[in-house]
Amino acid sequence: MSLFKKLMMTAALSVAMLATAANAEPIKIGLVVKSLGNGFFDAANKGAQEAAKEIGDVEVIYTGPTSATAEGQIEIINSLVAQQVNAIAISANDPDALVPALKKAMDRGITVISWDSGVAQEGRQVHLNPSDTNLIGETIIKLAADHLPEGGDVAILSASSTATNQNAWIEAAKKVLPEKFPKINLVATVYGDDDSVKSTNEAKGLISSHPNLKAIIAPTTVGVVAAAQVVTDQNLIGKINVTGLALPSEFKKFIDNGSSQAVALWNPIDLGYSAVQISHQLATKKVEAKPGTTISIGRVGSITLDDTNSAAMAAPFQFDKSNIEEFSKIY
Amino acid sequence: MSDAVHSPRTIPDRLDNPLRSAVLSWEALLVIVAVAIFVINSFASPYFLNAWSLSDLTFNFTEKALIALAMALLIITGEIDLSVAAIIALASTLMGMAVQAGIDTPGLVAIGILVGLGCGAFNGAMVTGLGLPSIVVTIGTMSLFRGISYIILGDQAYKGYPADFAFFGQGYVWWVVSFELVLFLVAALIYGFLLHRTSFGRRIFAIGNNPVATQFSGVRVGRIKFILFCLTGLMAGIASVLITSRLGSTRPSIAQGYELEVITMVVLGGVSILGGAGSIPGVVLAAFIMGLVTFGLGLLNVPGIVMSIFIGLLLIVVIALPIVWNRFRMQR
Repeated sequence: MSLFKKLMMTAALSVAMLATAANAEPIKIGLVVKSLGNGFFDAANKGAQEAAKEIGDVEVIYTGPTSATAEGQIEIINSLVAQQVNAIAISANDPDALVPALKKAMDRGITVISWDSGVAQEGRQVHLNPSDTNLIGETIIKLAADHLPEGGDVAILSASSTATNQNAWIEAAKKVLPEKFPKINLVATVYGDDDSVKSTNEAKGLISSHPNLKAIIAPTTVGVVAAAQVVTDQNLIGKINVTGLALPSEFKKFIDNGSSQAVALWNPIDLGYSAVQISHQLATKKVEAKPGTTISIGRVGSITLDDTNSAAMAAPFQFDKSNIEEFSKIY
Repeated sequence: MSDAVHSPRTIPDRLDNPLRSAVLSWEALLVIVAVAIFVINSFASPYFLNAWSLSDLTFNFTEKALIALAMALLIITGEIDLSVAAIIALASTLMGMAVQAGIDTPGLVAIGILVGLGCGAFNGAMVTGLGLPSIVVTIGTMSLFRGISYIILGDQAYKGYPADFAFFGQGYVWWVVSFELVLFLVAALIYGFLLHRTSFGRRIFAIGNNPVATQFSGVRVGRIKFILFCLTGLMAGIASVLITSRLGSTRPSIAQGYELEVITMVVLGGVSILGGAGSIPGVVLAAFIMGLVTFGLGLLNVPGIVMSIFIGLLLIVVIALPIVWNRFRMQR
């Protein structure tokens, strides 16, 4: 057994040397997701493959654990390191627990970026956020304003009054109102606590207390469905437009029945596409990961890294009658 | 062999010619399986036979395998501990609290191990003191221990472990030989000696085969079981130190689902789930096999769900094979 092992080890070394000698291989990028069997990530992989085809000579390895655990992702990182991939682009299950494993990968010369769900700064070179607060704030107002050329009253139906994300978005939305959308009049902000029943009641309350209401903006996937259901039930389709952040699969019927003109959310296809574009440029040393660097990401545009080497991809992606069918099948 | 068939219930250890039984043993089968998987992996992926790859491979199983050593003894006596992963979570959480209080590395290790030991003693006291079935007790403590972690941490994480604490889960003793691997091999020797070379070990087998007769033979069955629960908790505490050090942080979801992987290792290692039979070399081999299989499939980027199917099949095949073989031989 031990002699056999020794022989194998010798073979191992020669194989390893051969592997390094043959360097004309494609650039290998491991796209690690939180868990497999999730439509959102399958869509990201679709975008990643598209980017790989566009760049050429890039092989994307789409992988992830069965259950969304940090331990499972570490095993996958180890196996990608062993395969000598050029880059790892990960959507992390835990911002801290993956740091030692990813540091080890970087020590062995592998480019590491995180996307969607980030890793602490010391565990990656770049983090790609799907969007950022200001872009989201502007988008949710724009979604309503696009269909209100003469302006009018709108109201926001949020999640809980303490939700960090939503509060930041609403704050950003209020900031852009006077400058960019002077004719839009925000009359109220109510909180449905991401609870279907409470959100429904709050939406009904908004409609009865603001007779001139033209649009309800719900920057939460629960609230937007509840509001659209209320508008449908009260035969207000065409009078009140419901919009906000929504999952295409949950929201398709309300786009179809006209209670909503358009909603938005991050586009996983673009995320996967951008993650591969960025990893490729970092791995081939075309760009360097440092604050202030601008990286172009093909058809999606370009990003500029901030002080923590993270960047926002783009404004939320808009879903309307033209594309809801396609995206409702994805997530 | 024919006399073995007609004899009443026996402990089938040493009845055969030692050489013959060694060749036909479970361990021999596991060695063949391990070598086969090793060879298949080497051909399937050019990256497998690399000193660092083989070293990384051991991290996939050493923590679970450490617990499996003690779990094997417990299962041989006919008991089980399903709370080991929850013990890891609780020990890790309390170590995290200690870090916030400014306790240094030796103190952290002591806390991790003692919390594990304490949890094991609690399980043991419930089972042997109150006479409750271990499966019920440890399903309860599985929720209890992890529940405490969730209450303490919620959706937060503890980090900021001292730099030298990282050695246990990330350090190397020599070249590619990790501390975790050395610790596991040393522990395997100790447990192998304990089970196969001491009277304590003989009593463990006796309890598993017939606890009542063993009790009447003057063996303090409850006390031995209590000690084994403590040992299992202790090993979970040690595993908690290793995994916390490897992750460099603590979340209440740490080591989720480890208990089943530990039990899979024990069963694959040839320990009878009904108690009374098994060996430490078998468990060690099973640990390596699980590591080889998951890492080998990982190198081929096989999705995790296919990997679990593979482990399941391996378990069934390895367990069914000797049974089918024996039937076939008896029929002739």
